Amino acid sequence: MAMLNFERKYRVRGGTLVGGDLFDFWVGPFYVGFFGVTTMFFTLVGTLLIIYGAAVGEGLASQSWNVWQINIAPPPLEYGLGLAPLQEGGLWQIITVCAVGAFVSWVLRQAEISRKLGMGYHVPVAYGAAVLAYVTLVIVRPLLMGAWGHGFPYGIISHLDWVSNVGYQYLNFHYNPVHMVAATFFFTTILALGLHGGLILSVLSPPKGEPIKTSEHENTYFRDTIGYSIGAIGIHRLGLFLALNSGIWAALCIVVSGPFWTSGWPEWWNWWLNLPLWF
Amino acid sequence: MSEYQNLITQVQVHGPLDPGVAAEDSEWARVGKPGFISRLLGRIGDAQVGPVWLGALGIASLVFGLAAIEIMGLWFLYQVDWNFMEFIRLLPWLSLDPPSPAYGLGFPPMMEGGWWLVAGGFLTFSIILWWLRMYLRARALGLGTHVAWAFAAAIFLYLVVGFIRPILMGSWGEAVPFGLISHLHWTAGLSMRHGNLFYNPFHMLSIVFFYGSVLLFAMHAATILATAKMGGEREIDQSTDPGTAAERTMVFWRWTMGFNANMESIHRWAYWFAILTVLTGGIAIAITGPVVDNWYRWGLKHGIVPDYPDVYAAPVPAVQPGELEAPYQTAPPMTYPGLDGAAGTMGGAR
Repeated sequence: MAMLNFERKYRVRGGTLVGGDLFDFWVGPFYVGFFGVTTMFFTLVGTLLIIYGAAVGEGLASQSWNVWQINIAPPPLEYGLGLAPLQEGGLWQIITVCAVGAFVSWVLRQAEISRKLGMGYHVPVAYGAAVLAYVTLVIVRPLLMGAWGHGFPYGIISHLDWVSNVGYQYLNFHYNPVHMVAATFFFTTILALGLHGGLILSVLSPPKGEPIKTSEHENTYFRDTIGYSIGAIGIHRLGLFLALNSGIWAALCIVVSGPFWTSGWPEWWNWWLNLPLWF
Repeated sequence: MSEYQNLITQVQVHGPLDPGVAAEDSEWARVGKPGFISRLLGRIGDAQVGPVWLGALGIASLVFGLAAIEIMGLWFLYQVDWNFMEFIRLLPWLSLDPPSPAYGLGFPPMMEGGWWLVAGGFLTFSIILWWLRMYLRARALGLGTHVAWAFAAAIFLYLVVGFIRPILMGSWGEAVPFGLISHLHWTAGLSMRHGNLFYNPFHMLSIVFFYGSVLLFAMHAATILATAKMGGEREIDQSTDPGTAAERTMVFWRWTMGFNANMESIHRWAYWFAILTVLTGGIAIAITGPVVDNWYRWGLKHGIVPDYPDVYAAPVPAVQPGELEAPYQTAPPMTYPGLDGAAGTMGGAR
């Protein structure tokens, strides 16, 4: 049931980083491992605390079970980097610890599975970039700014409000040059994903009655249309590079806002307008 | 260990260049045949550059595209009174703006938005010709036309912001200006004038597919590179005749998250995530104004706006229709923040 028809031969012992054989087993399709246990622990504690926070109406004027409105807010700024009472951001602090614990466990679990299957470590490294972006938002930037209250709140609409409000604190975040780089990487990644997905499907699903095509056709299509085809291995290197840079530059663009630049981002460009070159 | 991670090609072997598979049409030739080798490109991808198909559509597309960019560049120069140094200095701020809303959907005088219409028309024509080129090359090579349809989805979003929504709103003034910072101003201004685009459910969907696409490409690309030593990057072969590379990619995700795609279906996930980013985004923009005027008020009406406690400052009341002129449509300021006198002044033309 839970196994693919070829899966049994891959279900062998070994490759674990911690715990030896103790957690080296599967539950249904899932591999467990030591980090599967820690993932489950942090996920359950964190999720239950979010539900508890929703039940007591944390971060709201009045309690609500409306999933759009639920808001686990970080502590008010006056608590600085100290611990806050549970219903004044303490929940947010514990949930943040649980989230980081679960995300890091997930990275290490992916590493164990990579080892078990004799694969490279690209997936855990890639996921690490996403975790880095999260940690930058809720740990690194608040630490640099001197208050946990600078982290973003956990709620569907409330985190969007946070993005709006923090963006307008710097007048217009679009002027942030690092944000420009990040946005360019994001859009380019999606363009490349559309092109790659489309190309593979176009080779595998040719017009009715025609045989499936080959990777030579892939190369010819892009050489014909734009003069260069990066090739089968190259597109995955490019895709990983673009996707990782999206996350890394996104993390950079928010960590420089506040700790390293406190004015409006439009003003940042004055250095360029004032270069001695123009006079 | 690092040599197994397959991040660059360490040993390049170059044989005869590949002229490309035979195509059905023949009246136009591939030029630059058979191409040349770039060892630098060969470090990350295919070393061969060219040949390229020289088609009537491609040439026509380039001509129209260059004409559009030429109009924008000449307009920028006009904005700075043909001062080349000022052109370089103010390039990020220079902008070819659409006509004022007073002109509605009519054709304004050339210096009051007419050039914007002409440049936009040329650019649109160029893009549609390029779409035909992508479609017809796929057909000539016996491929499916998937890439062209993904491109069409992006063109849909482009047409919504510059053509469809302005028509629905009854004014070319609603369209996006051509300029580096001015198009960002348009984006921020649109969101502000319509009560924060974050409350727009189609915008939410678009953002989900936007980040989801990047996540998906990272997952897919990393998985393929991690199995490249077993031939994982040979995706066509691994789709029609799965080997151990394909099996491990599937088992990896099954063990990690209890679910897996396969070598073919991951590309369907990829394709639809990328397409739905722009499709839902286009819908989000098309209904902003014509259908819903203020997304914050829409959110209040439908009960999605959180009721924050008083520790947060009271929100500024949402802007009412007609309270604000579109800020990007007015003349740019004569000075820039933090600057004084001649240094911060824009060129004489304005």
